[in-house]
Amino acid sequence: MISIIPMGDTALVLEVGHTISEETHRRVQAVVQRLDQQPISGVLEVVPAFATVTVYYDPFQIAYTELRDRVEAALQGLTDVELPPSRIVEIPVCYGGEFGPDLAKVAARNQLTPSEVIEIHTDAEYLVYMIGFAPGFPYLGGLSERIATPRRDTPRPVIPAGSVGIAGQQTGVYPLETPGGWQLIGRTPLRLFRPEQDPPTLLQAGDLVRFREITAEQYQVIKEETP
Amino acid sequence: MTFTVIRPGLLTTLQDLGRHGYQRQGIVVSGAMDSCALRIANLLVGNREREAVLEITLAGPVLQVQDDTLIAICGGDLSPSCLGQRLPMWRPVLVRGGTRLEFGKARSGCRAYLAVAGGFAVEPILGSKSTYLRGNLGGYQGRALQKGDVLAFGTKSIFATRLQETLRQTASMHPDSPFSTTGWRVSEEVLPAYCHNPTVRVIKGRQFEAFTEESRHHFFSALYQVTSQSDRMGYRLQDVQGAVLNVSQRTELISEAVTFGTIQIPPEGQPIILMADRQTTGGYPKIAEVIAVDLPVLAQLKPGELVRFCPVDVVEAQALYRMREMGIERFKQGISLEG
Repeated sequence: MISIIPMGDTALVLEVGHTISEETHRRVQAVVQRLDQQPISGVLEVVPAFATVTVYYDPFQIAYTELRDRVEAALQGLTDVELPPSRIVEIPVCYGGEFGPDLAKVAARNQLTPSEVIEIHTDAEYLVYMIGFAPGFPYLGGLSERIATPRRDTPRPVIPAGSVGIAGQQTGVYPLETPGGWQLIGRTPLRLFRPEQDPPTLLQAGDLVRFREITAEQYQVIKEETP
Repeated sequence: MTFTVIRPGLLTTLQDLGRHGYQRQGIVVSGAMDSCALRIANLLVGNREREAVLEITLAGPVLQVQDDTLIAICGGDLSPSCLGQRLPMWRPVLVRGGTRLEFGKARSGCRAYLAVAGGFAVEPILGSKSTYLRGNLGGYQGRALQKGDVLAFGTKSIFATRLQETLRQTASMHPDSPFSTTGWRVSEEVLPAYCHNPTVRVIKGRQFEAFTEESRHHFFSALYQVTSQSDRMGYRLQDVQGAVLNVSQRTELISEAVTFGTIQIPPEGQPIILMADRQTTGGYPKIAEVIAVDLPVLAQLKPGELVRFCPVDVVEAQALYRMREMGIERFKQGISLEG
């Protein structure tokens, strides 16, 4: 059962689940797919998160109760929805050195060598649960507990775009230069946010991510080739 | 047809109604803090209501006006003037070329919206001309205006051309005046209920029940001050009595979408109201959501002002919303007769 709850007078929230799990994620994706395929007049945007889907609408075009009924009707028999297979997106990363100043610390904390950290980080497949926090920032699931590391005590004032980091059980890539407290282990030459393209972000919710180790030279080559 | 920036003011940016449709990619919506003032300013000069205008914050700019220009200034009263003469607000104004538009003291409100007939000629990014400062995205080179910037205008509508001709005739009768204006202005019914130290109406938030009974009561009786750590992204409030809001049980929330007007309570217990440049998602408990018709009132609060919250339900909020939109529809029809 999906509960529908108003979020103010211009949005409503569909509570699909209450935990972060692949199963909840698949149901969230199914809800979004259904609402994308059967658009309701007056709905402006449908935004998925870990366990909820938020529907933004114009109350001049459709009132809350009517929209709630229309959404309920649209979600009938949702279990039948077939999701397309996930896209696999490979993200090249130059680990360590100036790009990954915290790699040695992450290794030491987990009693590993830096190359073992890289091996573990590149070995896994990560699910993009949702995009949020910043344009194109992926919330990734699937980090091995063997390299999980708490955030830095003092956040850095500036983290360059493309930085790959670890924060607790999460790993992620910074799309924009921002301040932040993640442990930085490397950097990708790819742009995660590219406003001149459609879609404007490299990753979408539901994608699978693989990290691949590259050298500093390869980093420069890809960086120059990336528009 | 340009403005040249002589002095940029505290924070002057191009904004329209925002970059919608990309929140699932984490793209911040931005847009005018006071969307009502923006829409009316555009309609007054014959633009589409979503066109980009200048959002002017507290201490406004000085702009050199190249040619005769049809403008409208709405929102907060930041003492707009031309050659020392006060410019009227909430009506179309033809400003003489070769003069300077200036802003002075913030007499009421915090943000003024300056529309020009034809809009500002900048390239939309992801469907919007709004400036997102933290992402250096959109607007005029992704940033606030600076000294020396030259802003070009787009093509005027037929309505604007006709209105400008009428105002030029009025101007020729008053050759000493740096501007001319119409005898009519926006009717009161369309204006947001701007006021100093307002009571803002809210709908209970998704985690309202997660707060202690005392905190739930306190939220609706407390007086909050808008702190100086308030900007286009959000307003940080401080309880004037120093009380904090507590949840009954501290649990880690799963991040989900937030919106313009979401009031979230971080662990220190003082509210943050999310505004135009908010992130798309958040993980703090949401005690309430400001109703859409009161967002313009909130947008005009200055740091130091006081605010209270009072609860309404969705049905009432949406009735108010429809009333406002019908008022704007009537205004649109009325204005097409004036032109």
